[in-house]
Amino acid sequence: MFKTWSSSIPSFPYHRDQLLRWALWSCASIAGLILVFIILFLILESVPALRHLGVNRFMFDPSWHPGENTFNLMPMILGTLFTTIGAIALAGPIGFCSALFCHCYAPPRLASLYGRFIELLAGIPSVVFGFWGLVVLVPLINQWHPPGPSMLAGILILAMMILPTTSLLAQSSLAQVPTEYLRGAAALGLGRWATLRRVVIPAAKSGLWTAALLATGRALGETMAVLMVCGNVVQIPSSIFDPIRTLTANMALEMAYAVDDHRSALFVSGVVLLLMVLILVTAANWSNRVPRHV
Amino acid sequence: MTKRIPVLLVLLAILPALIGCQESPAANQPIHKLIITGSSTVAPLIADIGKRFEAQHPDIRVDVQTGGSSRGVADARSGIAHIGMASRALHPQETIDLLATTIAQDGIGLIVHADNPVANLTTQQVIDIYTGKVTNWQSLGGMNAPIVVVNKAEGRATLEIFLHHFHLANSAIKADVVIGDNEHGIKTVAGNPQAIAYVSIGTATYDATAGVPIKLLQLNSIPASLATVQNGTFPLSRPLTLVTTKHPRPLAQTFMTFATSPHVQNLVIQHSFIPLPS
Repeated sequence: MFKTWSSSIPSFPYHRDQLLRWALWSCASIAGLILVFIILFLILESVPALRHLGVNRFMFDPSWHPGENTFNLMPMILGTLFTTIGAIALAGPIGFCSALFCHCYAPPRLASLYGRFIELLAGIPSVVFGFWGLVVLVPLINQWHPPGPSMLAGILILAMMILPTTSLLAQSSLAQVPTEYLRGAAALGLGRWATLRRVVIPAAKSGLWTAALLATGRALGETMAVLMVCGNVVQIPSSIFDPIRTLTANMALEMAYAVDDHRSALFVSGVVLLLMVLILVTAANWSNRVPRHV
Repeated sequence: MTKRIPVLLVLLAILPALIGCQESPAANQPIHKLIITGSSTVAPLIADIGKRFEAQHPDIRVDVQTGGSSRGVADARSGIAHIGMASRALHPQETIDLLATTIAQDGIGLIVHADNPVANLTTQQVIDIYTGKVTNWQSLGGMNAPIVVVNKAEGRATLEIFLHHFHLANSAIKADVVIGDNEHGIKTVAGNPQAIAYVSIGTATYDATAGVPIKLLQLNSIPASLATVQNGTFPLSRPLTLVTTKHPRPLAQTFMTFATSPHVQNLVIQHSFIPLPS
């Protein structure tokens, strides 16, 4: 579980200590309250749709056409899942390998230059990625396999966006491996590859998981860029060249234009997204509990 | 260092009070607020008209918020907004309790990439393209390439008018791309020689003259231009309206009189819409 200092630091009943304690407590509760309020708000807003339509309609309606009173969310849930999985499958290994290269093989100058590049990439706003995707990437895919706006475009753009997250976090978790481990491995006469595989990676494992988790979270929640390149057609794709719509893009496209049950149904898709993130976090925590090798 | 913490806390405590002080009314005369919500097509025009209105009436603040025509109608009915904006005529069941005042005209035209040799489509051809019966440009006299059908997202007035004119249901449309606003559609078509989309003629004309590689198609041999919409020959046109309850407040009434007056005609033209006949 979570390891804290609360039991190991002495707290004195002095005025200043108590004041600090309450100040910090209120800061912590603000963060917690914001989350509680957001969840409450989402649930309150989605109750009318759930009451009028019922949960089943969101899974078994023939299509998503709120104007014609059909509300199937499944194609968009799958769209979100597919793009996220595709993006993490691409960006995870690339980010991890680039972090390994940068940390363990690259000459210091190149490593620092590369680090600056990755930081810059992390700072590019998502709408710029989306715009670039719309005017460069989508026409390229269109030449290869029409129509162009597709799940593939979404996966590529998302992978580019989360690559810096995976790379930077993987680097910092590699950097936290104690140098004693490396010296120990060297003393045992292990080569670089064996050191990496048997010592460094197992020791950095939980940090690497966190990197993948944060990147997945970002990919799940990304809106603007995927809206611009994915085509936004509500359908279950039969190939990666088919256009799809994600849950986030659905909310962004229709929220400003929706009234009554349609609006409420969009809040239901917000709740679904929240549930997906919850499942992800739980799964990540659970897999992190597997005993470490070092 | 240790002494600074309480000082910081005190500062934090009085900060809201300091901010609150600035909000006290600076002017002596009360400021009336006119809230206008609705169509994103109409909003930029109304925002400009609002600025001119404020210049003439210093005690009035015009607050324009976008959210689509349906939202404009709903807000005008519920009283959340004094005036709603809609880029379509009211539905029959909406005219029972609401009143629409037309401030300008706009058309909806079909656009393709400038390299596409097709220049004219008939009503039946448009229906066939959008329902997936025709999927290659070749049978329409174009290149041998699949047609990329661009449709609008649910809830937009442009979509409603398009569906209504061609007697289509949205679920019957086989779209390859679904877009949000006009600009998103124009960028999609400009980057894809096989694409076809429908957008506001005003916006498309403005972008095409600015060098964006798109062109407006003729519909049943009638060119899609501001002139044909103005003289009523182009079939796909729509009024841009301000929506109120049957008995609008005096302030809303004053604003609507101003928005339909010749004082704002140059603003309407500036936004590539067709002004009311003077």
